[in-house]
Order: sequence, then C-alpha cells, then structure tokens
Amino acid sequence: MGLQSQDFARISATNFRPPDVRHDFEVAKLIDVSKCIGCKACQAACLEWNNLREEVGINRGVYDNPHDLTPNSWTLMRFTEWENPESGNLEWLIRKDGCMHCADPGCLKACPSPGAIVQYNNGIVDFVSENCIGCGYCVKGCPFNIPRISQADHKAYKCTLCSDRVSVGQAPACAKACPTGAIVFGTKQAMLDHAQGRITDLKSRGFKNAGIYDPPGVGGTHVMYVLHHADQPQLYANLPNNPKISQVVELWKGLTKYAGMAAIGFAAAFAFVHGIVARRNDVSRAEDREAEHLIDEEAARGRQA
Amino acid sequence: MTNSWTDIKNTDLIIVMGGNAAEAHPCGFKWVTEAKAQRGAKLIVVDPRFTRTASVADFYAPIRQGTDIAFLLGVIRYCIENDKIQHDYVRAFTNAPYLVKEGFSYQDGLFSGYDEAKRDYDRTSWEYELGPEGYVQVDETLQHPRSVYQLLKKHVAAYTPEMVERICGTPKDKYLAICKMIAECSARDRTMTSMYALGWTQHSKGSQNIRTMAMVQLLLGNIGVRGGGMNALRGHSNIQGLTDIGLMSDLIPGYLTIPKDKEVDFETYMSTRGFKPLRPNQMSYWQNYRKFMVSFLKSMWGPAATAENQFAYQWLPKLDVAGYDLLRIMDLMNQGKVNGYFCQGFNPLLSAPNRGKITASLSKLKFLVVMDPLQTETARFWKDEGVHNDVKPESIQTEVFELPTSCFAEDEGSLVNSGRWLQWHWAGQEPPGEAKADTWIMAQLHMRLRELYRKEGGAFPDPIVNLHWPYRDPLDPQPDEMAKEMNGYVVSTVTDPADPSKVLLEKGKQIDTFGQLRDDGSTACGCWIYSGSWTERGNMMARRDTSDPGNTGAYSNWAFSWPANRRILYNRASADLDGKAWDPKRKLIEWNGTAWTGYDVPDIAVNAKPRDVGPFIMNPEGSARLFSRGLMRDGPFPAHYEPFESPVANVMAPKIRGNPAARIFPADLAALGTSDKFPYAATSYRLTEHFHYWTKHVWVNAVLQPEFFVEISEQLAAEKNIQKGGWVKVSSNRGTVYAKAVVTKRIKPLICDGKTVHVVGIPLHWGFTGAARKGFGPNSLTPFVGDANTDTPEFKAFLVNVEPSNGPATS
Amino acid sequence: MAVRREEERTTVDRYPGRVRVNHWVTAISLILLALSGAALFHPALFFLSGLFGGGSNTRALHPWIGVVLLASFAILFVQMVRYNFWAKVDTQWMRQIGDVMSGHEENLPEIGKYNGAQKIVFWLMTLLILVLFVTGLMIWYEYFGASFSIEQQRFGHILHALAAIAMLLVVIVHIYAGFYVRGTMSAMTEGKVTGGWAFRHHRLWLRKEAREGVIDERQAPPRHHGVGPAE
Repeated sequence: MGLQSQDFARISATNFRPPDVRHDFEVAKLIDVSKCIGCKACQAACLEWNNLREEVGINRGVYDNPHDLTPNSWTLMRFTEWENPESGNLEWLIRKDGCMHCADPGCLKACPSPGAIVQYNNGIVDFVSENCIGCGYCVKGCPFNIPRISQADHKAYKCTLCSDRVSVGQAPACAKACPTGAIVFGTKQAMLDHAQGRITDLKSRGFKNAGIYDPPGVGGTHVMYVLHHADQPQLYANLPNNPKISQVVELWKGLTKYAGMAAIGFAAAFAFVHGIVARRNDVSRAEDREAEHLIDEEAARGRQA
Repeated sequence: MTNSWTDIKNTDLIIVMGGNAAEAHPCGFKWVTEAKAQRGAKLIVVDPRFTRTASVADFYAPIRQGTDIAFLLGVIRYCIENDKIQHDYVRAFTNAPYLVKEGFSYQDGLFSGYDEAKRDYDRTSWEYELGPEGYVQVDETLQHPRSVYQLLKKHVAAYTPEMVERICGTPKDKYLAICKMIAECSARDRTMTSMYALGWTQHSKGSQNIRTMAMVQLLLGNIGVRGGGMNALRGHSNIQGLTDIGLMSDLIPGYLTIPKDKEVDFETYMSTRGFKPLRPNQMSYWQNYRKFMVSFLKSMWGPAATAENQFAYQWLPKLDVAGYDLLRIMDLMNQGKVNGYFCQGFNPLLSAPNRGKITASLSKLKFLVVMDPLQTETARFWKDEGVHNDVKPESIQTEVFELPTSCFAEDEGSLVNSGRWLQWHWAGQEPPGEAKADTWIMAQLHMRLRELYRKEGGAFPDPIVNLHWPYRDPLDPQPDEMAKEMNGYVVSTVTDPADPSKVLLEKGKQIDTFGQLRDDGSTACGCWIYSGSWTERGNMMARRDTSDPGNTGAYSNWAFSWPANRRILYNRASADLDGKAWDPKRKLIEWNGTAWTGYDVPDIAVNAKPRDVGPFIMNPEGSARLFSRGLMRDGPFPAHYEPFESPVANVMAPKIRGNPAARIFPADLAALGTSDKFPYAATSYRLTEHFHYWTKHVWVNAVLQPEFFVEISEQLAAEKNIQKGGWVKVSSNRGTVYAKAVVTKRIKPLICDGKTVHVVGIPLHWGFTGAARKGFGPNSLTPFVGDANTDTPEFKAFLVNVEPSNGPATS
Repeated sequence: MAVRREEERTTVDRYPGRVRVNHWVTAISLILLALSGAALFHPALFFLSGLFGGGSNTRALHPWIGVVLLASFAILFVQMVRYNFWAKVDTQWMRQIGDVMSGHEENLPEIGKYNGAQKIVFWLMTLLILVLFVTGLMIWYEYFGASFSIEQQRFGHILHALAAIAMLLVVIVHIYAGFYVRGTMSAMTEGKVTGGWAFRHHRLWLRKEAREGVIDERQAPPRHHGVGPAE
C-alpha cells in the first residue's frame, strides 16, 4: 500500500503509538436497519469487489446464507423474527453483520504480530495479510466475533471497510450497492448527523427507543447502526448490549504481559546475583573421604544382608 | 406504470399489495424509502406472508391469496359509506354519472348474459345508455339508479368489513385501519400510490385485481397526479418493452391488435376500430388508429405495401381464436398439433404451469429450438436428472437445437423499464464462445428462409419475400437501425396542401412524434408509441441528464418515456375542471388560459380547453371507467371469485368455482385438486437473492440462497411434525416436489369462513442446471389455468399437501 | 545402578541413558517453547520468531513442540515418579532451605534420591505441563478453534500465559540449582555423580546404592571374554 507510519493511528504488537499527524477526519459507515430490506446486495457486492469465493451451502430453515461469517464472507445479513410484546406486531429485524471498526479495536490489542492489524488515521481497522501469522488471537480480542481464520492460508480475514476504495475517495462496495440507501458512508460526524434525522423519523413512526448504536465501551465504532430498538440491541441477532474488550483479554494483554516479564526477569536476576555472592555449594575433600567410609560401611552391610 | 419509479418519492401513502417490491424490485424500492424518509410517507403491505417489504412497512395485514378483490371492493364500500371520495374528480373525470342500459344485472356471482357451456358472457347488456346523437346519457347528480355510481354502490354493498374478514382472513381491526389510511388520500393534497406485480396478475382474475385498485385510485382522485397512479412493477427487465412491441399472440407493436380471421380486409378490420367519441368534444385518440396501422404496415413491407394492396394488410396473420397464448400453445402441443417450437429467452419447463404437462408437450415436438444465454432446463427437458427431471430420454424423439445467445450486458440497445422509460445501453463486453445476438440469429434464419421461398415458392411466400429488410448488413441488423425503424421515418415528402412549396415532412427524415404519422403510406413507423425516441436530434433514449426542474421527479431529459416523453399518464387529471392543480404543491401541468404548460408533456392537446375535453383521451368517453362496459371478458365490475383451487368455497356464490369466464381446458379442469386431499393454500414468489431461473447460474447468487425451500408457519410445522431446515414433500394433484422447510413466524394461519387456512409459500428459483443446488420450481404443482382476459397462469393460489420427508430419494 | 570405584574417584550411577535422553528432549522442548512462546507473548520478544522461520512458522510449530514435550515428559514422569513421593524428611529439609541457599548443607537431615525442592519442581512441572497442554489445545486455533467457545479460549489464553510464566520460574530454579550445586550437571551429562556429591546432597540414597553393591573398576583384571558379575 506504500503507507507510512504516519498514516496509522495504531499498529498491532508495536510498543509505540504512531504520531498520527495525518488525522484529518474519521470515516464511518452507517447502517440504517430500519431501511434495510435484507436483499443481500451488500453481501454480493462484498464477494464481487473483494473477489471472494464462498461455498454454495445448504438451506437450514432460515434466510441467513452463508450461515455465519467465514474467511470468504466478510459481511452477512442476519435475520431475526421478533414479536414485539408491546405492539403485538411481528418485526423482521435484519442486521448486516461485519467488522465494526472499533475506535479501540480488541483485535489489534490481542494481535501478537507487529503490523498485522493496523488502524488508519481515518479509523479503519485493517488486517495486513503479509504480517498475519494466523494465531487467531484477534478472534478472542474482538467483542463482536468477527475475524475468521482461513484454513487455506492461515490468515485472518474480515471486512476492510473497503480501505482500498476509501483510500481513493470511493464508498465501500456494500454502501455503493445498497439499493435503498440503508448503508451510507461519510465522515463520522456526517453519519452521526444523518442518523439524528433518521431517529427523528423513526420516533415519529412510534419507535420511541429508536437510536444510534455507537458503543462507547469500544470507544465508539466506525460502523454504526440506526436501530428501531436501540435500548435492546441484543434483539438484532445478539448485537452486544454494551460491548467491551473482554476483561480476560485486557488482563492477558495488560497486567499479565508486564507482570510475567517482570517475574521472570526478577527470578533470573536473583539467580545471577545469588550465584555471584552466595557461598559455593561444593563438595569438600572431607566429604569425599567421608563418602568413602560410608560406602565401605554400607557395602559391608549389604554383603551381610 | 401510469407514473414512474422516480415519481414514487412524491407520494404520501404506498400500498404494496399483489407484490413484494422490496423483494422483487429492490432497486426501484429506493423511491419508497425516499418517500418515507423525505416526506414521512407511510407504507402499507397486504400479503399472505410477512415479506421483506413488510419488514420496513408501517402497517402490515395478512390476506389469503386470491381474495384481493373482496378486500378492495370492501375498501370502495368504506370510502363511499364514509364519504371519502374526491367528488369533483369522480364526477368530472370518471364514468360515475353515466347511465347503463337496462338489462344489466349481477346476481349470485354472475353478470347478465352468462353462458355456462361456453364459460363466456354475452356482453351486450354491459353498455351505456346512448342518447339520440350517439352520446352517453349522464346524470350529474349521480342519483339515477342506473348510473355507474349507484350500480357500483349496490355492487360493493355486500363487502362489509365482516365479509372481508370472512373471505380474506384479514382481522377486521387491521382491515379498518388500512381502510382509514387509504380513505385519507381522498383529500386533494394527499395521494396514494399502488405498487403491484405478479401477485395480482398471476390469478384467474388477475386483470380484475388490478382494475379494482384502479377504481379505488379513481375514487380517491389519484390517477394522473404526482405520487399517485397504478404502478405495475414489471417482472423482468424489458418485459414492458416486450408488451410494447407486441410480443403477445394477439398484439402487434404499440398495442394495435392482430386481425381476426373474420376481418377479411382492412376496412372490415378498421370498422370496429373507429372509436367514435361517446361524449361531445372528446379526443378519443384511438381515432388515429388507421395512421398507426398503415405506418406499421409500411415499416413491415416498405414499398411492397401500397394503397392498392391495402398496405399489405393481407400479409398479416389472422387469429382464428382469441389468441395463441402460452397455455393454448402448450395444450395444442400436448395434442400433437405443433411440430416445432422456438424458445427465445424463455424457459417454459420451469415457467409454465403443470410441468408434467409441459414435459409431455415438448416430448411430442419434432424439433425444439432454444435460444438463450444460459443452459436452460427446457433445452434439457429430455435429460434424466433423477427425481429432479424424471424422464426416459429413449422415449423422447424431439430434436433439440440449443443456440447460445448474448446476454443483455453483451448487447447494445434499449430496455424499457416499468415506468415506460426507454433507456439505451451499451455492450459491456463481447459475448463468450459461439454466443450470438438474437437479432443475428433471426436475420440469418430470415435470409436463408427468404432465399428458399424465392427459389422454391410455397403456399404463401409473399409476407416473407416482401418483408422490408433495409439493413446495412442484412445478415446482421444493428440496434440503431432497428430503433430508428421503431421510431418511424418519412417515406415520401409531404407538403402543405394549402402551400405546396412548404414541406411538412421531408423524405428520409426521422419523424418527431406520432402526431406526424399519416394513413396514406407517406410515413412508416414500427411502433407508434416509440415515436420520438430516435429523431433527427438523435437517440433520445441515450440521454443522461439528471436535471429535474421543480424537483418533480420527472427527469424529463433522462432517456425517453413513451408516449411522447410523457412521464405521468393522464396528467391532465392532476388539475381540476378549470385546469388548476388540485394540490398546488403537486403541480404537474396547468391551463394558463390558452395552453397547457408545466413540468410534464401534457397528456392532452396543448390547446384543448379544460371543460371541453376530458383527461382520459384514449377512451372515447374522455373519462376513466369505473364500469368497463364489455371490454373485459369477466365483468364490467370486478367481483370476488375464489381461485380454481381454494381451501374454502366462494361465500358470495357457493356454486361457482374459480372465475366463471376464465378459460380452462377439459383435461386441466379434471386435474384440479380439492381441499380434502390438498388442504393447504399455496402461493409462489420470487426471492430477492435471485432473478427467476437465471441467477442460479451465478455463483454469488447461488451462495446467497443455495437451496430450494418452502415456507410454512410454526403452527403447521408443529401440526405436521416438520423440523426447521428438515425435508418436506409438497404435492398437488399434478406433481410432487421435495424442499427444505423454512419454519417462520412470518406466515400465520388465517381464519377464513370459520376454517383455519394454512399458507404454504413456494419460491421459484431452482432447477437442475446452474451453480445452485438442484431443486424444483412451483410449476411442478401449479394448475393449468389462466386469467380470463390475459391467460396469465394462476401461479399465486393453488392447493397442496405438505408432509415431512427424508428428502428426494437418491437412486 | 551402582557405586563404582574408579581409578581417581568414586562415582554413583544416577541416570541411565534413556532417562538422560528423555530429560534433554524435554529440556530442549521447553526451551524452544519458551522462545517461541515469548515471541508470541510480548511484542518486544517477537524478534525471537526469527529463530523459527518467522511468525507463521512460530505459530505453527509451537503447539507441536508442546506435543513433543508432553510425550517426553510423560515418559520422564513414569521413570521418576516413584522417587518423588513426599516424605517427612522433605518437610524438615524444606524448613531449612536457608541452609541450602547459604551452602550449609551439613546442617540438613539425610536425604534420599531427591530432596524436597526437587520433588516440588517435579510436581510443579507435572502440573504446569498438564495445564499448559490443556490450555494449549484450547487456543490451538488451527485444529481446535471450533471446539471451544471464544470465552473459553480467552480463559485458555490467560491460563496458558500464567502457567507459562510459572513454568519459566520453575525452570529457572531448576537450571540455577543445577549450576549452583556444583557437581550436579554430570548427573544429566554422564549419568553419574561423585561419591562426595552423593554424600553431601543425597546421603540416604548413597547408603542405599552402596548397600546394593560396589563395583571396583580399579584393577579390572581381564578374566574371560565377556563380563561377569563383580562379586
């Protein structure tokens, strides 16, 4: 890509934060679930633009196909049939799943390979295949269960937010393909403003809890949803209510990393110092002699027995 | 569409009924989301299933398939009862005040004049009462008992909300809520748009389904206005173009009709096509029929069509029956009366009803030619594919020729969209392998046949050897040449009779508009409604100007909209009797004292005075018809009839099965099933992941929806012990298919006439060729009966049984 | 096993060849695991992946080395477990660990083949290798990514990391003890220790070995072809 350190906001497994001087604006994709008709044009566009080849699967009694994200399917419509207990109406909630491009990306935090996961100045979190080692740590770091590891090349894959298109001023392929304008793309601020208009409209149609999904637990995201029921994101195929990087991962990649290194260093240092200053633990001549006596005695006993 | 896709953004209320716009027309559906987002428009969906469209609707109500007429006649009743009609519009622009002849009646589900043996009506009593000058008698007060208005009021009286619930299974409270929302659009400043598709057409009373909503729209004053109209969402790209250029067995281009065998000469043919005005001063635009017809004949046979030989009228084929529609031709084939069949861009093995009969019919052909970009099932109807095509190839003697053609993306030409826009497109790439354009293949055939007829003669070589074939390369006519021919051109120079030095039309030039066409052979025009699409100014279809003055959604300089680049048909009706817009915010055209001006091309003579000339210029009345006279085979008013296969009897007329005027062949009548053996109400439909039987050949689409399934309710699944994602066997009296079961909350059992009706949804995208998994189409199950007027097969309502299964047996 | 009187010294057989091989396979595996694991554990140590041919190879090899470790240690466990059951004297010995660290072993009670610290190392290694192996499987994404939930894998990761740190501490103790207690290394290189070493560190064991017989290798007169018993 010919990118330089200054184009990045964060780089995985790297002990410094890039200067991030080219941080002009952040981009965001806004998915208006209330406008989405679940046509899967975004899925098709994703497969086409990224030239991916997913398997032809089977029907499992639902509309979701493929049935989950895969190394070849970076986005997926998830369909939920929900009977609203308040109105008594059936609602068919259709959510486009995929990478949320967190401001504080758990994948990047978990990644052990320098430069395998980067966050650009514009907020896009991208996987750099040539640096990826296929360990699957990003899977555990992600609060949204997004990355998938290919069994073919053992690299992690997920939505790139079409960083290649965005870098030349184009919207992501899914946004371009969306027939109803349910997926829009622009600066994060513009998307937040656009969402406000949508929320007002939804409230006027009786969705009193309509709102935006931009979860603060991960510092906000660069993929956001407009939800009719923003108070219950879990309705939408288990969209996390308050996603955060797992405390276990924080502990693993935080305290454990530093405390562990310290403990080992301390132990090694202690041994080194002890080796230098402590009295030699060596066998003396006297002990050699006493050993001979003892052997003779014991050998004699042995023969008697 | 009376209006256009882009016009939908102007509406206040969208009703999607008889269609599933989000699913089958996702790109056009963007204008619904625009109307919702920008105007706060509301969306109503009425469908047996909670569809993708319903998922973004403001209001959804279920309905049993095949009962739309009862629902809508109930809406009309509600509007009349609650005085929610736009009175000025109805009185001035419809035939509501017209008097109907004595003798017209409707009783026990039948209109006057029914002949049970013929399954047809004598329609003479379905006429207006004419005065001495030949004009219709009118009662402006609408009080006369034989006025259309009073007859209509009487006709709809039985369709009470209780009756609608009983027939349709739509809960009364939901039904009334919808009535209320619709009725609000009778206000001058509110419009509703109706978006429908094959959910209305594929019934034995499909035309009447649509008519009923058209009547609702007329009563609300919603025809001819921005954000209103009757908007047919066409099922294929360019299917609008198909009907426009007459690819129907009874049509020739521009909705002119093929002569009947009784019409032995041109004057006899024209004698029933005079269309004398039925009210004073009316334009009755079809009075120009002769000009369109002669120009058409000139474009067909060029110099060989002369006044002396009635412009080669005799070279046109003549119909001995109403039409050779798909069902009739397949039936004739099944009787062994058809030798050869050309299947051009058509896959009848999966698209025609009762697949078993289609297989039998194709097996009786001597030869079958399939021209298609894809490897269709029809071209392989003889191939043993196990349970997916269970035939014995050794017993089939049909010789099959498969000619690969280019696909739309490899062709240049125009596509006509649902909104009547002719949009020019260019080839994206060369066709692969040996694939050739359809036109190339047809030209090669024509040239060889013409040569044979010239050398060897034959029973009737004239139409073929004289066919006008003026193309640069006769073996490969180009799209621009054909498009220009469609537009029309001047054959011989026409001068002003008053001043012969003044040239009106110059020989060889493209004509500008069908107003220039003449009946003396001096003009030629392949399709009069396309006149203006390729003029001396160039290819109007290739225009790509996105400007839209007044933000009306007209986009008048984008492509070309027939007729005459008019974006909204009947747009004169957007203004009141004096020519002022009903709703100033929705102005389209207005009378400025001397002429009609505005944002759209006026659908009336520019200087026709408002109170003189009615807006519906194609009708001899000048008005729109709530009462359709004898123009529809099955009744001047719509009436509720059950589908031919229905889970309940017709509660309005229990003795009547199906539409009494729909044609059904005897063997097919015998093949109908009954609800004791096949208790569930099935319907067929498309899914957004696929287009018909095409995209299963595309890997990506196959990934998105890989395998044939049927949809059933959780209640039916529990009753029959069917597992979500498990196999089921679905059978009708005509066939059996195996499918995966999608068990869903989106289908709920309906209560109709006290009986629980389970709906079974059967999507149609699978076959035995392509990238997706092998499967079946609903046509293995569907009955061989069509609409009374169009013979469109009844794919949307039939009976099946559903059983759990271990899946298709593998041998 | 025997006590041998050699020309210049007396030695006691401590480990036969098969144990020594196992020990070193285990030891090398552990070191490779530590190096590759450290590469994946902390960015500052990622450079160590270069020893294994890069990050991907490190990721791929590390778990397989773990399998080798488990196998070799399992055999080692069988070979050694009977000497590692805790005895009362081990408790006393552990109480006086300060004397060990300051080189005053003469104050300690007589000890058998292994002292308390060695037994603790043995059991800690057993426990930690088991933990590392089980958690290692949980996070071995290539083969077991689908067998455990992501939450389980997260716990797998942190437990694996903690166990690995503990393991490294134990290994440091083990290796340092080998250096600090002079004369120990020969046990795992040549398989034998000097009589004085045995007397100083494992006197009870020396007694037992001596009772079982002393081989005098000083004259070693050739008698026949073939070797007969010394006594």
